[in-house]
Amino acid sequence: MIFPPCTRRGEFVLWRDYLLENERRFVADDIHKILPVAHLQRLLDALSAKGYRIVGPTVHDGSVVWETIRVVADLPIGWRDHQEPARYRLEQTRSSEIFGVVHGPQSLKPFAFAPRESLLQIERTKDGFATHQMAAQPEKVAVIGARACDLAGLAIQDRIFLKDAYRDPYYAVRREGLFVIAVNCTRALSTCFCASMETGPRAKAGFDLALTEVDDRLLIDVGSEAGRQVLEGISLFPASEELIGEGATSIDACARSQVRRLDRARLPQALYDVHEHPRWDDVAGRCLACTNCTMVCPTCFCHTIEETPDLSHQQTARARLWDSCFTQEHGYIHGKNIRPTIKDRYRMWLTHKLASWIDQFGMSGCVGCGRCITWCPVGIDLTEELSVLLASSNRSSVAGRPVEGR
Amino acid sequence: MHTEADSIANPYVIHPATIVRKTQEAEDINTFRLQLVDEEVRRQFRFRAGQFNMVYLFGVGEAAISIVSDPDQPELLDHTIRAVGRITKAIAGLQPGEVLGVRGPFGQGWPLEEARGRDVVIVTGGLGCAPVVGAIEYIFRRRVQYGSVKILHGVKAPHDLLYRERFDAWRRSPDTEVTLTSDQPDKSWRYHIGVVTELFELVSIDPSKTIVLMCGPEIMMRLGVPILLRRGVPEKAVYVSLERHMECGIGLCGHCQMGPYFVCKDGPVMRYDRIETWLGRTGV
Repeated sequence: MIFPPCTRRGEFVLWRDYLLENERRFVADDIHKILPVAHLQRLLDALSAKGYRIVGPTVHDGSVVWETIRVVADLPIGWRDHQEPARYRLEQTRSSEIFGVVHGPQSLKPFAFAPRESLLQIERTKDGFATHQMAAQPEKVAVIGARACDLAGLAIQDRIFLKDAYRDPYYAVRREGLFVIAVNCTRALSTCFCASMETGPRAKAGFDLALTEVDDRLLIDVGSEAGRQVLEGISLFPASEELIGEGATSIDACARSQVRRLDRARLPQALYDVHEHPRWDDVAGRCLACTNCTMVCPTCFCHTIEETPDLSHQQTARARLWDSCFTQEHGYIHGKNIRPTIKDRYRMWLTHKLASWIDQFGMSGCVGCGRCITWCPVGIDLTEELSVLLASSNRSSVAGRPVEGR
Repeated sequence: MHTEADSIANPYVIHPATIVRKTQEAEDINTFRLQLVDEEVRRQFRFRAGQFNMVYLFGVGEAAISIVSDPDQPELLDHTIRAVGRITKAIAGLQPGEVLGVRGPFGQGWPLEEARGRDVVIVTGGLGCAPVVGAIEYIFRRRVQYGSVKILHGVKAPHDLLYRERFDAWRRSPDTEVTLTSDQPDKSWRYHIGVVTELFELVSIDPSKTIVLMCGPEIMMRLGVPILLRRGVPEKAVYVSLERHMECGIGLCGHCQMGPYFVCKDGPVMRYDRIETWLGRTGV
C-alpha cells in the first residue's frame, strides 16, 4: 500500500499542526481590519463585481440552507438555531445579529463533491462506443458563513479527492472556483464539539476571508491572496487591540462553553479493540439506518455510480451520487452481504469515521460539527457511543494488531 | 462540457475493447479475450498478474474482474467472468466481435516477482479461483524460475470442478503436485474427500522457502492459514485475494473497505499479516 509520507504510522498529522502549517502562509496578512455591519453590502458587491455568485445561509422551511443571495437582507438576520440530538429549531430573536445561526444540515461538502455529478456521456458508434467526459462548468462561487468545522471538513475532502492516488477532475473544477468567507463561532450549540477535535471554533486555515461578528462590527482576517484582492477598494478601518481582544474572548468562551467532547487519545486502536463490544447491539437497536448522518457529514465521501441509458439505447449517461454505508447495497457482493445488519453498518461507520480514517488519510474523519447528532431522527450521539465503547474494560477482548503501511 | 477534465488524467474514462475470443469454461463461466480498440491506449496498457479491470457493458454498468492472461502480452486481456449478477449475466450473452469497455488496471497483484526461486503453494476453494489461475499460468510459462509448485484445490461437489484439463496438464509437469478435494463427492470422484484445509496435512512444505497464494471464500483463509502458520510458514509469506463490492476501483467510492484498507487499491491481493485482524471479524 502506498501511504502519503505524512501518514506513516506514528506520524499522524494532528489537526492543530495541519492548521498551523497552513496558517503560516498568510502571517503577513494577519492584520485585523474592521468592516462595519452596515457596510457588509460593499463586500457582497465587491464579490459580485469580481464575478462570484454569492451563496449564504438563508431560512427555508424551518431550517437554514445555502441559497444564492444578493443583499445582506437575504441573510438570516436575527435568527438563531438551537440544536440537540434529533432536534433543530430556529428562533427569531429580533436582534440585528447577522450570523446568529451556526449551521444548517449542509456543510461545504456539496459545493465541491456534488451530490450528483455527471461523469460521462457515452454514445454508440460503429466501433462500439465513444466516451465524452463531462465536467462542471467552472463557476466562481463565494460562500459566506462557513464555520471552522466546515473548513476542516473541506480540507479532509481535498485530501481525499485531490491528494490521494488520483486527482478527481470533477471535484477539482468545482473546488477551483470556490471562495470561502468563514465566520468565527462566538456561540456553541449543545451538539458542538469542535474544540475537542481542535478544528474550531476559530477558523485558522482554508478560508479566503474570515469574519468575527462583534456587536455591529465585523472583524476581518485575510486568508488568501484572492481574499486580499476582494477587499481592495473597500474602505476598512484598523481594529483596536480592545476589539480584537473582545473577538478573541468571545471565540474562546465559545470553545469553553461546549458541553460535548470526543476523546481521541487512544484512537484508532482503542476503537479497533472493541469490535465485539455489546454496545454495538444496543446502538443497532436504536439506529434506523436512515443514512441521515452520512448525508449531513462534511467528510463522508462514499458514492455510487449510476448508469442511465436512454430509451433508444444509443446514448447512456454515467453519474455518481452520494451513497451511504448504511444502505443494504453498500456491502453487497454476489451471494453475500458483507455488512448485512444495522449493527455491522453502524460499527463500520463509526469505526471508519473515528479510527480507520486516521490510518487511511492521516487525520480523523470527524470535525466535531455535531450535525450527525442533530439530524439523527432518534438522536444517536457519537460522542456518547464512543465514550461508552471505550469506557468499559472490554479492551483486550479482541487482539489488536497495528496497521502497517507497505 | 469543459476541457479541464480532458486535460487531467480522468480515472473514470472507459475504453472500448473488442471481444476477440470467447471460451466457455462452464455453463455460467466464460473467458472473454479483449483487445482495446484504440491503438494508443492498447500500446500503453500494462498490468501485473492479479490486477483487475472494471469491465463495462454499454447501458448496463461495470464489474470488477481480474485479468487472468499473461502480463507480458498486455495487448490481449483475458477475463474469466461468471454470470452471477445483473452485469455479468448480460455480458455472458455477448459474442466475439461485440464490444465491452475497460477501465484499469487497478489494485495490487500477486507477488510473483518475490516468489521467484521459491516453492509456491497455491490454495483455491470453490468457484472463485479465476484470479489464481492467472498466477498459475504465469508461473508455468516461467517454470524454471520457481521451485516446486503445489496446487491444492477444493470444491463442494464434483461438478464444481472447472478447468479439469488444466489441472491434468499442470499435474503432468515436473516438480508439480495437484491435489483436489470435494466435501460432497459422488461415486465418480477419485480424489481426496474433505475440505481443502485438510490437504495442508498431506503435502510437504519447506516453510523456509515457501510462498502461499490463496483465493477463495474467506472462511477458507480464516481456518486454513493458521494451519500453515503452525507448520512454520511465516505470516509474511502468505498472500490472499479478497473480494469486496467495488464501483470506482481507485479507493474513492468507499464500498470495498476492510478495516483501514480499500481492497480495490490496497488489494485485492493482500499479505496475510496485514489483514489477519480484519479477516477474523464479522461485518468488515
